[in-house]
Amino acid sequence: MSINPELQGRSYRLGEIYSVGRESIRDFARAVKATHAAHFEVAAAHELGHADLVAPPTYAIIVAQRADALLINDADSGIDFSRVVHAEQRFTHHRAIVAGDELVAELHVDAVRGMGGGAMITTRAEISTVTGEAVATTVSAILVRGEGQ
Amino acid sequence: MTTASLNIADLSVGTEIGSRVIEISRADLIKYAGASGDFNPIHWNERFAREVELPGVIAHGMFTMGAAVQLVTDWVGDPAAVVSYGTRFTKPVPVADLEGGPGAVVAVTGVVGALDSDAGTARIDLTVTLDGQKVLVKAQATVRLA
Repeated sequence: MSINPELQGRSYRLGEIYSVGRESIRDFARAVKATHAAHFEVAAAHELGHADLVAPPTYAIIVAQRADALLINDADSGIDFSRVVHAEQRFTHHRAIVAGDELVAELHVDAVRGMGGGAMITTRAEISTVTGEAVATTVSAILVRGEGQ
Repeated sequence: MTTASLNIADLSVGTEIGSRVIEISRADLIKYAGASGDFNPIHWNERFAREVELPGVIAHGMFTMGAAVQLVTDWVGDPAAVVSYGTRFTKPVPVADLEGGPGAVVAVTGVVGALDSDAGTARIDLTVTLDGQKVLVKAQATVRLA
């Protein structure tokens, strides 16, 4: 099955709330070998002026990939997850993510470009709090490898 | 604020911010999978990885990207100072299943790539290599300085 060219311009809403917990921030920080105290100790985060533990700079990928999954798992998209390669990633933080945040996202399919038998798909996730405060914008380019690519 | 120790006026383009070595084992990839929710089997299942024509288990691109930026976070003194961060993934990082040692060793260095005194930001350009070859290209983080 090939990539549906009409995907471009579609959007998906990740309505399921992602509740950012302290242990999730600590686990993610350990997983990327981060050692800054503001990821682990509430007092250290307060000292820097943050309301609670601060997430590492790439933490938003958790929410972004949940949003991407709405597209990848859409039966109509034609994307074979086992042939997906991450090609590019960008994060723009409107403010830092801290423990206690309740996040939702809107995923936009900004571009679909055919490449050989595969395709390069650019998605953008606008991540905000449940009350509508903008938190982060993430842009991902994924390459869906065609046969023999 | 510990960020007050870094002043944009003291920096110039080309200033080195330091370097770091990231040792990666298979256990690190399992940990990253669990913490991030990215359970793609190419990052933990050798048989599956080979079936899809990869050289073996490879690190999550997001693991490498996430670990590399710690150099910037520690230098600037506040993880929230990183206002944007992006990269292209150009080469996979295969992680061998070795006993008693890391399955891959990635080197990270950073320099000041650009300064914007009006915005109060610095762009840090990261060089991230495996065996001397770049695995991230145009890895750039913009940080807000005091």
